[in-house]
Amino acid sequence: MGDLFTNFFSGIIPMEAYIAVSLVMFFSGIYGFISRKSLLMILISIELILNSIDINFAVFNRYLYPEQMEGFFFALFTIAVSACETAVAIAIVINIYRNLNNVEVDSLNELQEPDEASENTEVLK
Amino acid sequence: MAQQIIFYILAVIISVFSIMAVTSKRLIRSATYLLFVLLGTAGLYLLLGYHYLFAVQVAVYAGGIMVLYIFAILLTQKPGEKITPEPLRQRVLAIVLSLVGIVFCGYIIFSNITKVYTLVTQSELNTKHIGMTLMGTEKFQYLLPFEVISILLLACIVGAIMIARKRS
Repeated sequence: MGDLFTNFFSGIIPMEAYIAVSLVMFFSGIYGFISRKSLLMILISIELILNSIDINFAVFNRYLYPEQMEGFFFALFTIAVSACETAVAIAIVINIYRNLNNVEVDSLNELQEPDEASENTEVLK
Repeated sequence: MAQQIIFYILAVIISVFSIMAVTSKRLIRSATYLLFVLLGTAGLYLLLGYHYLFAVQVAVYAGGIMVLYIFAILLTQKPGEKITPEPLRQRVLAIVLSLVGIVFCGYIIFSNITKVYTLVTQSELNTKHIGMTLMGTEKFQYLLPFEVISILLLACIVGAIMIARKRS
Protein backbone atom coordinates (compact mmCIF):
# COMPACT_ATOMS: atom_id res chain seq x y z
CA MET A 1 0.00 0.00 0.00
CA GLY A 2 2.78 2.39 0.89
CA ASP A 3 4.58 1.36 -2.27
CA LEU A 4 1.50 2.19 -4.32
CA PHE A 5 1.28 5.53 -2.57
CA THR A 6 4.86 6.48 -3.39
CA ASN A 7 4.40 5.33 -6.99
CA PHE A 8 1.28 7.45 -7.20
CA PHE A 9 3.08 10.55 -6.03
CA SER A 10 6.42 10.14 -7.75
CA GLY A 11 7.26 10.02 -11.41
CA ILE A 12 5.47 12.06 -14.02
CA ILE A 13 1.79 12.94 -13.86
CA PRO A 14 0.10 10.54 -16.29
CA MET A 15 -1.57 12.03 -19.34
CA GLU A 16 -4.78 10.14 -18.50
CA ALA A 17 -5.12 12.14 -15.30
CA TYR A 18 -5.35 15.40 -17.22
CA ILE A 19 -7.75 13.85 -19.72
CA ALA A 20 -9.94 12.52 -16.90
CA VAL A 21 -10.22 16.01 -15.43
CA SER A 22 -11.24 17.47 -18.78
CA LEU A 23 -13.67 14.56 -19.31
CA VAL A 24 -15.47 15.34 -16.04
CA MET A 25 -15.58 19.02 -16.94
CA PHE A 26 -16.90 18.31 -20.44
CA PHE A 27 -19.73 16.07 -19.31
CA SER A 28 -20.80 18.33 -16.48
CA GLY A 29 -21.06 20.97 -19.21
CA ILE A 30 -23.20 18.59 -21.27
CA TYR A 31 -25.39 17.94 -18.22
CA GLY A 32 -25.93 21.66 -17.64
CA PHE A 33 -26.58 22.28 -21.31
CA ILE A 34 -29.36 19.69 -21.41
CA SER A 35 -30.93 20.12 -18.00
CA ARG A 36 -30.93 23.85 -17.23
CA LYS A 37 -33.59 26.26 -18.47
CA SER A 38 -31.90 29.61 -18.00
CA LEU A 39 -30.02 30.98 -21.01
CA LEU A 40 -27.17 32.17 -18.79
CA MET A 41 -26.77 28.69 -17.28
CA ILE A 42 -26.58 27.26 -20.80
CA LEU A 43 -23.86 29.80 -21.60
CA ILE A 44 -21.93 28.80 -18.48
CA SER A 45 -22.16 25.16 -19.57
CA ILE A 46 -20.83 26.03 -23.02
CA GLU A 47 -17.98 27.83 -21.32
CA LEU A 48 -17.14 24.67 -19.34
CA ILE A 49 -17.15 22.58 -22.51
CA LEU A 50 -14.85 24.99 -24.36
CA ASN A 51 -12.50 25.12 -21.38
CA SER A 52 -12.20 21.33 -21.23
CA ILE A 53 -11.31 21.28 -24.93
CA ASP A 54 -8.56 23.83 -24.25
CA ILE A 55 -7.05 21.57 -21.58
CA ASN A 56 -7.01 18.68 -24.03
CA PHE A 57 -5.23 20.72 -26.70
CA ALA A 58 -2.55 21.87 -24.27
CA VAL A 59 -2.05 18.40 -22.76
CA PHE A 60 -1.77 16.57 -26.07
CA ASN A 61 0.67 19.16 -27.31
CA ARG A 62 2.82 19.00 -24.19
CA TYR A 63 2.93 15.21 -23.87
CA LEU A 64 2.95 13.96 -27.45
CA TYR A 65 4.59 16.73 -29.49
CA PRO A 66 6.59 18.82 -27.03
CA GLU A 67 8.78 20.38 -29.72
CA GLN A 68 5.84 21.78 -31.68
CA MET A 69 3.30 24.44 -30.71
CA GLU A 70 0.10 23.62 -32.61
CA GLY A 71 -2.00 22.73 -29.58
CA PHE A 72 -0.73 25.73 -27.68
CA PHE A 73 -1.83 28.15 -30.39
CA PHE A 74 -5.11 26.34 -30.95
CA ALA A 75 -5.92 26.77 -27.26
CA LEU A 76 -4.96 30.44 -27.51
CA PHE A 77 -7.26 31.03 -30.49
CA THR A 78 -10.05 29.03 -28.89
CA ILE A 79 -9.93 31.34 -25.88
CA ALA A 80 -10.28 34.35 -28.20
CA VAL A 81 -13.19 32.77 -30.09
CA SER A 82 -14.99 31.92 -26.86
CA ALA A 83 -14.57 35.51 -25.69
CA CYS A 84 -16.28 36.66 -28.89
CA GLU A 85 -19.03 34.08 -28.49
CA THR A 86 -19.70 35.17 -24.92
CA ALA A 87 -19.87 38.85 -25.80
CA VAL A 88 -22.39 38.34 -28.59
CA ALA A 89 -24.42 35.81 -26.62
CA ILE A 90 -24.70 38.09 -23.61
CA ALA A 91 -25.79 40.96 -25.85
CA ILE A 92 -28.53 38.67 -27.20
CA VAL A 93 -29.52 37.60 -23.67
CA ILE A 94 -29.85 41.21 -22.52
CA ASN A 95 -31.92 42.03 -25.60
CA ILE A 96 -34.19 39.06 -24.88
CA TYR A 97 -34.57 40.20 -21.27
CA ARG A 98 -35.54 43.65 -22.47
CA ASN A 99 -38.29 42.22 -24.66
CA LEU A 100 -39.64 39.33 -22.59
CA ASN A 101 -38.55 40.19 -19.01
CA ASN A 102 -37.04 36.77 -18.38
CA VAL A 103 -34.31 34.59 -19.85
CA GLU A 104 -35.93 31.17 -19.72
CA VAL A 105 -35.65 28.98 -22.78
CA ASP A 106 -39.32 28.00 -22.66
CA SER A 107 -40.53 31.54 -23.21
CA LEU A 108 -38.59 31.84 -26.45
CA ASN A 109 -41.08 30.39 -28.87
CA GLU A 110 -40.96 33.17 -31.40
CA LEU A 111 -38.05 35.06 -32.87
CA GLN A 112 -39.86 38.30 -33.65
CA GLU A 113 -40.39 41.02 -31.12
CA PRO A 114 -43.85 40.72 -29.55
CA ASP A 115 -45.32 44.02 -30.73
CA GLU A 116 -44.34 43.49 -34.35
CA ALA A 117 -45.66 39.94 -34.23
CA SER A 118 -49.08 41.08 -33.00
CA GLU A 119 -49.19 43.77 -35.70
CA ASN A 120 -48.46 41.15 -38.33
CA THR A 121 -51.23 38.87 -37.12
CA GLU A 122 -53.64 41.79 -37.20
CA VAL A 123 -52.66 42.49 -40.79
CA LEU A 124 -53.23 38.84 -41.63
CA LYS A 125 -56.69 38.95 -40.11
CA MET B 1 6.37 15.06 -5.54
CA ALA B 2 5.14 18.59 -5.02
CA GLN B 3 3.91 18.71 -8.61
CA GLN B 4 1.83 15.57 -8.15
CA ILE B 5 0.20 16.84 -4.97
CA ILE B 6 -0.60 20.18 -6.58
CA PHE B 7 -2.02 18.42 -9.62
CA TYR B 8 -4.33 16.20 -7.61
CA ILE B 9 -5.55 19.14 -5.51
CA LEU B 10 -6.27 21.10 -8.71
CA ALA B 11 -8.01 18.09 -10.26
CA VAL B 12 -10.32 17.71 -7.26
CA ILE B 13 -11.06 21.44 -7.24
CA ILE B 14 -11.87 21.48 -10.95
CA SER B 15 -14.08 18.38 -10.88
CA VAL B 16 -16.05 19.38 -7.79
CA PHE B 17 -16.58 22.98 -8.81
CA SER B 18 -17.52 22.17 -12.39
CA ILE B 19 -20.24 19.85 -11.12
CA MET B 20 -21.36 22.44 -8.57
CA ALA B 21 -21.43 25.13 -11.26
CA VAL B 22 -24.04 23.30 -13.32
CA THR B 23 -26.16 22.12 -10.39
CA SER B 24 -26.30 25.28 -8.29
CA LYS B 25 -29.68 26.93 -7.81
CA ARG B 26 -28.43 30.49 -7.91
CA LEU B 27 -26.90 31.96 -11.04
CA ILE B 28 -24.39 34.17 -9.28
CA ARG B 29 -23.06 31.16 -7.38
CA SER B 30 -22.70 29.16 -10.59
CA ALA B 31 -20.70 32.04 -12.03
CA THR B 32 -18.43 32.03 -8.99
CA TYR B 33 -17.89 28.27 -9.24
CA LEU B 34 -17.13 28.72 -12.94
CA LEU B 35 -14.50 31.27 -11.94
CA PHE B 36 -12.87 28.68 -9.64
CA VAL B 37 -12.88 26.13 -12.47
CA LEU B 38 -11.23 28.61 -14.82
CA LEU B 39 -8.55 29.49 -12.27
CA GLY B 40 -7.90 25.78 -11.67
CA THR B 41 -7.46 25.31 -15.40
CA ALA B 42 -4.97 28.17 -15.39
CA GLY B 43 -3.10 26.25 -12.69
CA LEU B 44 -3.03 23.16 -14.93
CA TYR B 45 -1.46 25.23 -17.72
CA LEU B 46 1.15 26.40 -15.25
CA LEU B 47 1.90 22.77 -14.33
CA LEU B 48 2.26 21.92 -18.01
CA GLY B 49 4.80 24.71 -18.40
CA TYR B 50 2.71 26.97 -20.62
CA HIS B 51 3.15 30.22 -18.75
CA TYR B 52 1.82 32.39 -21.55
CA LEU B 53 -1.37 30.34 -21.79
CA PHE B 54 -1.72 30.72 -18.01
CA ALA B 55 -1.53 34.49 -18.31
CA VAL B 56 -4.04 34.54 -21.17
CA GLN B 57 -6.42 32.26 -19.28
CA VAL B 58 -6.34 34.41 -16.17
CA ALA B 59 -6.60 37.71 -18.04
CA VAL B 60 -9.18 36.82 -20.69
CA TYR B 61 -11.28 34.10 -19.08
CA ALA B 62 -11.11 34.77 -15.36
CA GLY B 63 -10.87 38.51 -15.89
CA GLY B 64 -12.84 39.57 -18.94
CA ILE B 65 -15.42 36.88 -19.56
CA MET B 66 -16.36 36.50 -15.90
CA VAL B 67 -17.00 40.24 -15.59
CA LEU B 68 -19.31 40.00 -18.62
CA TYR B 69 -21.16 37.11 -16.99
CA ILE B 70 -21.58 38.90 -13.70
CA PHE B 71 -22.88 42.00 -15.45
CA ALA B 72 -25.35 39.91 -17.42
CA ILE B 73 -26.54 38.07 -14.32
CA LEU B 74 -26.99 41.26 -12.33
CA LEU B 75 -28.84 42.89 -15.23
CA THR B 76 -31.27 40.04 -15.77
CA GLN B 77 -31.80 38.58 -12.30
CA LYS B 78 -33.26 39.99 -9.13
CA PRO B 79 -30.80 39.71 -6.25
CA GLY B 80 -31.12 36.51 -4.22
CA GLU B 81 -33.59 35.02 -6.67
CA LYS B 82 -33.49 31.25 -7.00
CA ILE B 83 -34.06 29.50 -10.28
CA THR B 84 -37.22 27.45 -10.34
CA PRO B 85 -36.11 23.82 -10.43
CA GLU B 86 -36.26 22.05 -13.75
CA PRO B 87 -38.64 19.11 -14.20
CA LEU B 88 -37.29 15.88 -12.77
CA ARG B 89 -37.67 14.02 -16.06
CA GLN B 90 -35.37 16.45 -17.84
CA ARG B 91 -32.75 16.24 -15.11
CA VAL B 92 -32.80 12.45 -15.04
CA LEU B 93 -32.47 12.37 -18.81
CA ALA B 94 -29.49 14.73 -18.64
CA ILE B 95 -27.82 12.73 -15.86
CA VAL B 96 -28.27 9.45 -17.75
CA LEU B 97 -26.98 10.96 -20.98
CA SER B 98 -23.90 12.47 -19.42
CA LEU B 99 -23.12 9.33 -17.38
CA VAL B 100 -23.41 7.18 -20.51
CA GLY B 101 -21.17 9.64 -22.32
CA ILE B 102 -18.57 9.75 -19.56
CA VAL B 103 -18.42 5.94 -19.32
CA PHE B 104 -18.24 5.54 -23.09
CA CYS B 105 -15.50 8.14 -23.61
CA GLY B 106 -13.63 7.05 -20.50
CA TYR B 107 -13.61 3.44 -21.68
CA ILE B 108 -12.37 4.41 -25.13
CA ILE B 109 -9.66 6.68 -23.75
CA PHE B 110 -8.34 4.42 -21.02
CA SER B 111 -8.39 1.23 -23.07
CA ASN B 112 -6.68 2.80 -26.06
CA ILE B 113 -4.13 5.09 -24.46
CA THR B 114 -0.64 3.72 -24.79
CA LYS B 115 2.06 4.46 -22.32
CA VAL B 116 4.62 5.33 -24.98
CA TYR B 117 4.69 9.00 -24.24
CA THR B 118 7.41 10.41 -22.07
CA LEU B 119 7.18 13.82 -20.52
CA VAL B 120 10.26 15.54 -21.85
CA THR B 121 11.47 18.09 -19.38
CA GLN B 122 11.51 21.30 -21.26
CA SER B 123 12.51 24.75 -20.26
CA GLU B 124 9.88 27.47 -20.14
CA LEU B 125 8.58 28.42 -23.57
CA ASN B 126 10.47 31.48 -24.64
CA THR B 127 8.15 34.48 -25.01
CA LYS B 128 10.24 35.76 -27.90
CA HIS B 129 9.75 32.43 -29.64
CA ILE B 130 5.99 32.61 -29.06
CA GLY B 131 5.90 36.12 -30.50
CA MET B 132 7.92 35.14 -33.57
CA THR B 133 5.67 32.13 -34.15
CA LEU B 134 2.54 34.23 -33.77
CA MET B 135 3.76 36.88 -36.20
CA GLY B 136 5.63 34.81 -38.78
CA THR B 137 4.34 33.88 -42.22
CA GLU B 138 6.35 30.71 -42.78
CA LYS B 139 5.35 27.11 -42.18
CA PHE B 140 4.09 26.45 -38.60
CA GLN B 141 3.68 30.17 -38.00
CA TYR B 142 0.41 31.87 -37.32
CA LEU B 143 0.06 35.35 -38.80
CA LEU B 144 -3.07 34.50 -40.83
CA PRO B 145 -5.11 33.04 -37.93
CA PHE B 146 -4.01 36.00 -35.82
CA GLU B 147 -5.40 38.46 -38.37
CA VAL B 148 -8.58 36.41 -38.79
CA ILE B 149 -9.08 36.49 -35.02
CA SER B 150 -8.64 40.27 -35.02
CA ILE B 151 -11.32 40.61 -37.71
CA LEU B 152 -13.57 38.27 -35.71
CA LEU B 153 -13.12 40.37 -32.58
CA LEU B 154 -13.97 43.54 -34.52
CA ALA B 155 -17.07 41.92 -36.01
CA CYS B 156 -18.09 40.70 -32.57
CA ILE B 157 -17.74 44.18 -31.04
CA VAL B 158 -19.87 45.69 -33.81
CA GLY B 159 -22.41 42.86 -33.57
CA ALA B 160 -22.71 43.03 -29.80
CA ILE B 161 -23.31 46.79 -29.89
CA MET B 162 -25.84 46.41 -32.70
CA ILE B 163 -27.78 43.76 -30.82
CA ALA B 164 -27.65 45.27 -27.34
CA ARG B 165 -28.35 48.93 -28.16
CA LYS B 166 -31.75 50.37 -27.38
CA ARG B 167 -33.94 50.88 -30.42
CA SER B 168 -35.55 54.27 -30.40
